[in-house]
Amino acid sequence: MEAVLLQVLAGLATGSIYASLALALVMIYQATHLVNFAQGEMAMFATYIAWSLVNAGMGYWPAFLLTVLIAFVLGVLIERVVIRPVENAPVLAVVVVFIGLLVILNSIAGWIFSYTIKSFPSPFPAALGIRYMSPHQVGALLVTLLVLALLYVFFRFTPLGLAMRAAAQNPVSSRLVGIRVGWMLALGWGLAAAVGAIAGMMVAPIVYLDPNMMAGILLYAFAAALLGGIDSPGGAVVGGLVVGVLENLLGAFVIGNELKLVVALVLIVGVLLVRPSGFFGSVQVSRV
Amino acid sequence: MRASYGATRVLHGLDFRLQEKSVTALLGANGAGKTTTLRALCGMVRAEGEIRFAGERIGGRRTEDIARLGIAHVPDGRGTFLHLTTEENLRLGAYARKDRPAVARDIERMYAYFPRLKERRRQQAGTLSGGEQQMLAVSRALMLGPKLLLLDEPSFGLAPLVVRELFGILRSVNAESGVSMLLVEQNAAMALELADHACVIETGRVVRSGSAAELKHDDAVRRAYLGY
Repeated sequence: MEAVLLQVLAGLATGSIYASLALALVMIYQATHLVNFAQGEMAMFATYIAWSLVNAGMGYWPAFLLTVLIAFVLGVLIERVVIRPVENAPVLAVVVVFIGLLVILNSIAGWIFSYTIKSFPSPFPAALGIRYMSPHQVGALLVTLLVLALLYVFFRFTPLGLAMRAAAQNPVSSRLVGIRVGWMLALGWGLAAAVGAIAGMMVAPIVYLDPNMMAGILLYAFAAALLGGIDSPGGAVVGGLVVGVLENLLGAFVIGNELKLVVALVLIVGVLLVRPSGFFGSVQVSRV
Repeated sequence: MRASYGATRVLHGLDFRLQEKSVTALLGANGAGKTTTLRALCGMVRAEGEIRFAGERIGGRRTEDIARLGIAHVPDGRGTFLHLTTEENLRLGAYARKDRPAVARDIERMYAYFPRLKERRRQQAGTLSGGEQQMLAVSRALMLGPKLLLLDEPSFGLAPLVVRELFGILRSVNAESGVSMLLVEQNAAMALELADHACVIETGRVVRSGSAAELKHDDAVRRAYLGY
């Protein structure tokens, strides 16, 4: 029983990280109706920036905040420079741009920082640990829950958050009430990149830092976003936690750690086959 | 003003002016270019020629900038934010405004105009009936605190009684706050009752214009649009 509890709690800790990356995916999806395959690499790149800052002698939390800020700016820039020109391009063209972005970021990271695996510090004091969870697990869970709560408050209660939701849903009407839709989409990319950066910094002490560190994480985040419903922010969070717990339980007791990633793939295929809109997503009906 | 959708020219040199604080009706058959005229005015379709608003050239400007000048649009198809609540729709209408306390007051004013919206304030706007969404569209446009209100078929999908009520509200908004209005309507009789002036357009050209009273008694107009 204790072993199960241990796995569930560990699952919640990693699950919260999947949840925040899944939320970043959902944010981009709502604006573009496409899944940003480069989301993981953007997070990885931001984590390297944090690593460089810490190595240059900066304290962890200042480096953390500066990284989030830089990631936000880079996210806005990527939207303005790379995504904007293909805004009205066919779906496949945009997907290719996303994949190109993925490969470019991955290669640049490898070029600058090399492919050797690095350790990444955890900022949480030992006192944060409880009987069943390590200090980093507790800390990561708290940080991501805080981020999710802040995002909720932002989108739910601020005029800017409301305008961003409006711009993603109905650009034409948004322009008619004076919302600068282009900037709202860019802001969305910035926010998604910032959230991704936090996920990267929280997961790096667990999986270690290397240019391919996010490949697996992104797969879990995909599974989480699909499970919750790709257009449902709340669903992405629930999905992330469920995937984290499921992955840990199955890995520990059923299929072994080597096959854990398969859980994500089975979930992705399963959801798409059985319930493509996920648990909380809206069913899309279109007239043809 | 001339405007096209791709290669299809819809407006062939349309020339008219609106008087401040007055209501102008734009009449015409289906396909005459009424909706296109409204869209061109707020930059949703590209138009050639000159469009001026309060002396300022607005032709070629972006829709969001035109809205910020105080031109609100009740679009064809209502333009509801379906996944947001009724109240969020209203708050979005006031997005470009900076005067927060007045916005809260205006939301209450809309609820006073349309009590049905108040009952549904926390409901997703997509679950509202067509008529309620039409009321919401008019309210959302008024929330901008516009100087000019463009109305594309505001009576569409409304029960006759509700239309009467809506036009009464538009009349009092015009009288109280001096909002100018450009009204596109199929229901010409109703439109001429509300309007001070009217233009009749046919295939993208103005064929007649004058005071509403004049046009109401113009034989050609009466036969073509009023049906008696």
